[in-house]
Amino acid sequence: MSERFRLTVNGAESTVEADPDTPLLYALRNDLALKGTRFGCGTGQCGACFVLVDGHAVPACDTPLWSVAGKSITTVEGLGAPGALHPIQQAFLAEQAAQCGYCTSGILISAAALLARNPTPTESEVRAAFDRNLCRCGSHNRMVRAVLRVAAGDRT
Amino acid sequence: MNTVTDSRLRRAGSLEKSPRLSQWLRLECDGTVSVFSGKVEIGQGILTALAQIAAEELGVTLERVRMVAADTSLSPDEGVTSGSLSIQDSGAALRRACAHARALLLERAAERLGVPLGVLEVEDGTVRAVGRSTSYWECSDERLFDRNVEEDASLSGLPRGRRVVGVSSPRRDLPDKIAGRPRFVQDLVLPRMLHGRVIRPPHGFAGLDALDDAKANAIPGVVAIVRDGGFVGVLAEREDAAIAAQRALRSAASWRAAPPLPQDIHSWLKENAVDHRVISEKSDAEAKSREARTLAASYSKPYLSHASIGPSCALAQFEGDKLTVWSHSQGIFNLRHDLAMTLGMPEEAVIVRHAEGAGCYGHNGADDVALDAALLARAAGNRPVRVQWMRDDEFGWAPCGPAMALELRAALDSRGNVVAWQHDLWSNGHSSRPGRSDQPALLAAWHLAKPHDRPPAINMPLPAGAADRNAIPLYDFPNQRVVNHYVREMPLRTSALRSLGAYANVFAIESFMSELALAAGADPVAYRLLHLSDPRARTVIEAVSRRADWSAWRPREGHGHGIGFARYKNLGAYCAAVAEVEVGHEVRVNRLTLAVDVGLVINPDGVRNQIEGGAIQSTSWTLKEQVRLGERGIASLGWEDYPILKFSEVPAVEIELIDRPELPAVGAGEAAQGPTAAAIANAVENALGVRVRDLPLSPERIITAIERQ
Repeated sequence: MSERFRLTVNGAESTVEADPDTPLLYALRNDLALKGTRFGCGTGQCGACFVLVDGHAVPACDTPLWSVAGKSITTVEGLGAPGALHPIQQAFLAEQAAQCGYCTSGILISAAALLARNPTPTESEVRAAFDRNLCRCGSHNRMVRAVLRVAAGDRT
Repeated sequence: MNTVTDSRLRRAGSLEKSPRLSQWLRLECDGTVSVFSGKVEIGQGILTALAQIAAEELGVTLERVRMVAADTSLSPDEGVTSGSLSIQDSGAALRRACAHARALLLERAAERLGVPLGVLEVEDGTVRAVGRSTSYWECSDERLFDRNVEEDASLSGLPRGRRVVGVSSPRRDLPDKIAGRPRFVQDLVLPRMLHGRVIRPPHGFAGLDALDDAKANAIPGVVAIVRDGGFVGVLAEREDAAIAAQRALRSAASWRAAPPLPQDIHSWLKENAVDHRVISEKSDAEAKSREARTLAASYSKPYLSHASIGPSCALAQFEGDKLTVWSHSQGIFNLRHDLAMTLGMPEEAVIVRHAEGAGCYGHNGADDVALDAALLARAAGNRPVRVQWMRDDEFGWAPCGPAMALELRAALDSRGNVVAWQHDLWSNGHSSRPGRSDQPALLAAWHLAKPHDRPPAINMPLPAGAADRNAIPLYDFPNQRVVNHYVREMPLRTSALRSLGAYANVFAIESFMSELALAAGADPVAYRLLHLSDPRARTVIEAVSRRADWSAWRPREGHGHGIGFARYKNLGAYCAAVAEVEVGHEVRVNRLTLAVDVGLVINPDGVRNQIEGGAIQSTSWTLKEQVRLGERGIASLGWEDYPILKFSEVPAVEIELIDRPELPAVGAGEAAQGPTAAAIANAVENALGVRVRDLPLSPERIITAIERQ
């Protein structure tokens, strides 16, 4: 049975009418037209659909709507300040840290979560934090360098 | 061989098939240039590289070039975006087309300004002489490009100073992808769009016995259950409802049992080959007479999955008797051909528009899901339908990279040099892409009430080859015999996976070369150079060993280094790799060093990205990957059963690029896979003193090899 859910996404209040067990992913992509969060596996194993829920990186494909009511959700579109990219996004551009880019949103979310709790991670801390995300193209090292670039305060 | 004569007659790259200048570019009234290519972006950065080539030859800034997404109603038919050929095919054609366009525009400009050609100066499409100026856009009209591209005339006499080519221009698609803006086919939304999913058996397809659709039909938002023979799909207003209905239908369908799969696939391949083709034979009796001893070894490669992070997706819409499909296919014209054949429509009634997808690494589910969407759209009136495969659809139903068995044998003289070489390989075909058979190569077409036959996977002819790609060694062996044993029957559906047979052939050849070097008591780098006269090959091997400090290596317990080399297809990029590994309970690759020669480098960072990505993906294949065979179908249907390399397992990668501006540019996407695999296997042997010849080099394989010793 459909219910109405009030969600806080990227700082804005919105309402979604759906079954309580509907994964957050489909509410974001199809009800709220936020396409940056992407379907990869549906079981929380690849990280392509990561979003921040109260600051934690969680798989939106595996998170039912009922569980996020009243919580603060941030998607890749909401990482930066309005009209500006988050420093980690700028660093991804500077490092050209992608190939196909399908896993990128989820990895940016992991990076933002990591940097928020540890602004100066070591390389092995970055890699450990990214182990919940899969990348198939082989852009791993560039993405790790992008995080270290932010950690070093070099935001060019 | 008649290739020399042919190459004189043939036009450059894709101009052979699409010779009209107007097929390649158009000047727009907003001061931009639209460039049409039939090649598609699959995450390799090709649209950036092609835009650079166009900008360079036209004499405009990169910002003015608009790459038009490939579309069967607009673009030149450039076949498939595969085989590292886009720079050669599309790049070569665009280079000449844009140079010719520039020559025509300059001629017009000279007339307009009333000055001789020689005094013109061009900057970003503005043409200046004696204090006056005009522009490309003022000088062009609709008819100017309505002619065949003149290749020689256009390329001669144009002043050159490379400003756009050879520069690491940032990728043009990345700002969208990094900001999270809609960019992928998965993100497309059309008005009144329905969501579709398809239901397939949990094992190979043998037919549908019964389907109880009551539960699925009761799910709110389900619009229709579509059935055509053994093809079953669902249409729903919401995507989550389509998925719920798919789940319900899966548990309510009873399928005929599929035939059992062979469990020892490599023995099975050897027993079931139907065509045995000698693809290279050299003999030298004098050298043969110096034979002092022989060595032999068997190698194997399992089925591999493309394992794209984004499951395949397509949109389709019927408007009257016309069908439009949005697809991330690598070959939109071939897809159109097979869609039309399956649906019984004329090709002209089908338009396929390319939209970017996740990296595919070869022939994955992209084409199949397009037919799924079209079949469901046929039942949706004129509403558009979006279908995305689920993770297990992709692992279970997309074609696999073929399993291969290989046997190598060599004779050495008393000094340890190779006097005779034999290479036998057993494999299914490496291509079952659409557009290449009189039957559609699309999954659902074989399951309909009036089914089409499934065409067998084939091999493209040498010199590029397919199963036998890179099976002929580049070394100077006086006696040589290479045999491709083709297996037609396919226990699993196989098709192109990045680098095709080159991955396994190079793994085997280069593993064996290091085995021979060891037997000869020679250094593996020196041993290769001793057998290799091709100067570009020698240069990459020397460059990688220098960059990796090969000769300064100090042996340590559990550590090893190894080298691998190949020239992709024996025609394309040269690449040598050195791997440094640490072997405990599993293999860890600490560092990869690669040297690569792609001829003229169009975009250095783009080449590095492709080589690094190829090397890392190959590390993943080599250490971890294999499709697991269940009794009657693929058993590895999720990431837990098909693990790939994780961030913490990725090696440091260093790349040395050897730029050769005087030589033609070739692709970089598939050069690193074979050399990397061999370098890792050789490093493992160097660390353990034990040779592992069966991929992947998993902990179980290493333990088995140690126990066997």
